[in-house]
Amino acid sequence: MLWTKKDLLGLEYLSKEEIELILETAESFKEVTTREIKKVPALRGKTVVNLFYEPSTRTRVSFEVAAKRLSADVINIAVETSSVRKGETLIDTGKNIQALKADILVVRHNCSGAPALLARSLAINVVNAGDGWHEHPTQALLDIFTLKEKLGRIEGLRVVIVGDIAHSRVCRSNIWGLSKLGAKVTVCAPEMLIPPGIGEMGAAVTCDIDEALKDADAVNVLRMQFERDEPTAFPEQLEYFKNYGITEERLKRVKRNIIVMHPGPINRGVEIASVVADGQNSVILEQVTNGIAVRMAVLFLVAQANEAKG
Amino acid sequence: MQEKAKLLDVETIARSLMRIAHEILEHNRGSQNLAIVGIRSRGAHLARRLAECIKKIDNKEIPVGILDITLYRDDLTLLAAQPVVHKTEINFDIQDKNIILVDDVLYTGRTIRCALSELIDFGRPKSIQLAVLVDRGHRELPIRADYVGKNIPTSQDEMVEVHLAEVDGKDEVVIVER
Repeated sequence: MLWTKKDLLGLEYLSKEEIELILETAESFKEVTTREIKKVPALRGKTVVNLFYEPSTRTRVSFEVAAKRLSADVINIAVETSSVRKGETLIDTGKNIQALKADILVVRHNCSGAPALLARSLAINVVNAGDGWHEHPTQALLDIFTLKEKLGRIEGLRVVIVGDIAHSRVCRSNIWGLSKLGAKVTVCAPEMLIPPGIGEMGAAVTCDIDEALKDADAVNVLRMQFERDEPTAFPEQLEYFKNYGITEERLKRVKRNIIVMHPGPINRGVEIASVVADGQNSVILEQVTNGIAVRMAVLFLVAQANEAKG
Repeated sequence: MQEKAKLLDVETIARSLMRIAHEILEHNRGSQNLAIVGIRSRGAHLARRLAECIKKIDNKEIPVGILDITLYRDDLTLLAAQPVVHKTEINFDIQDKNIILVDDVLYTGRTIRCALSELIDFGRPKSIQLAVLVDRGHRELPIRADYVGKNIPTSQDEMVEVHLAEVDGKDEVVIVER
């Protein structure tokens, strides 16, 4: 299996084999992160630019750590302090970064499709770090990597995604990735947070969390994105916790070893109870650790694709 | 590609490894503080075999590690074929140990250069000694082997292929025309 794609835009556009190659490569990189010297010279002399149009700490830091462990140089651009505020277009910003002879552009944007537009306009590698409500491929890859590490396989697993399905790019990437690898995905939320057409992506849809969790091997708990102030109504926090929150009580009625995941940042007492977030079933912090290995794999692979072509 | 000659077979490979094991023990005055690290993939198999040979002679288990040098290569950007990244597995402390680094063929010396860089990132061994099954010459770096199974003068148009039972089904070293 060869990696030939210049960019990583979403899991929708990857084959099962390509996803598996990323996961296998990430396994090797995970070993690197356990060493005394956690740095290898694979991307020495390369420059990675993190261009973030949305506030993000964990994803940006994770990409930054990943790039540095590969010996690449990293430049962070937060849009609040950039020329975008002076009216520069996305493509112009991208072309300027390319003219600086950067090699890989990691982009987070509030508009779906922004990374794809950059990928078409630029010769350098583009990695999607989350675009609008579209995809967040590296998050889904690290979720899948963590699941596979914990349960030994993905094929045949029952995975529930609960929470703000409507606004979640993490959910969409997870549905694409998990389905391609043979898992059964169920999305669960109050009706107002289930977008039309989500079932056509290959996930089962339900509003009953206890029903959804019944045979589940894992549950991925999404954050309520209250900061997104669209006309969509949000449920009241306490009411949501009561009806959909992942609590100790709820977990007593499901598989004893169910894996509890959360992409962070967690809102304790809103979508997940503190005891569960810190409990035995939770792999939330392991997800953060695995995120570095997965992003190292992605940066390494897209850089290799460049060389194969040029 | 055409096979020109068979240089080593099952028996000569086994004998070479046993001789190298004796040389290692002689040079290091026993197996104390020794560890073997093989370079993936065939060097790793040879490393395990060498450890078995040493055990037969000295009746002691010595730690064996595997080095994957992909991420340390200086030609990542030049390779036509995309390398696959595998794991390095060194589950012991290399600090102050005498490390026997093992590979199948010593040629330009660049693989060994990568391996040395990577190994030293794991700690500061007392010494690193190099054991290879075949030394075919044509060095591009100032690197030499401490233990050699067989010296084989070659031309640059030839390739030396080491086949091992673990991966290839049989033990042999052949020379083929490119």
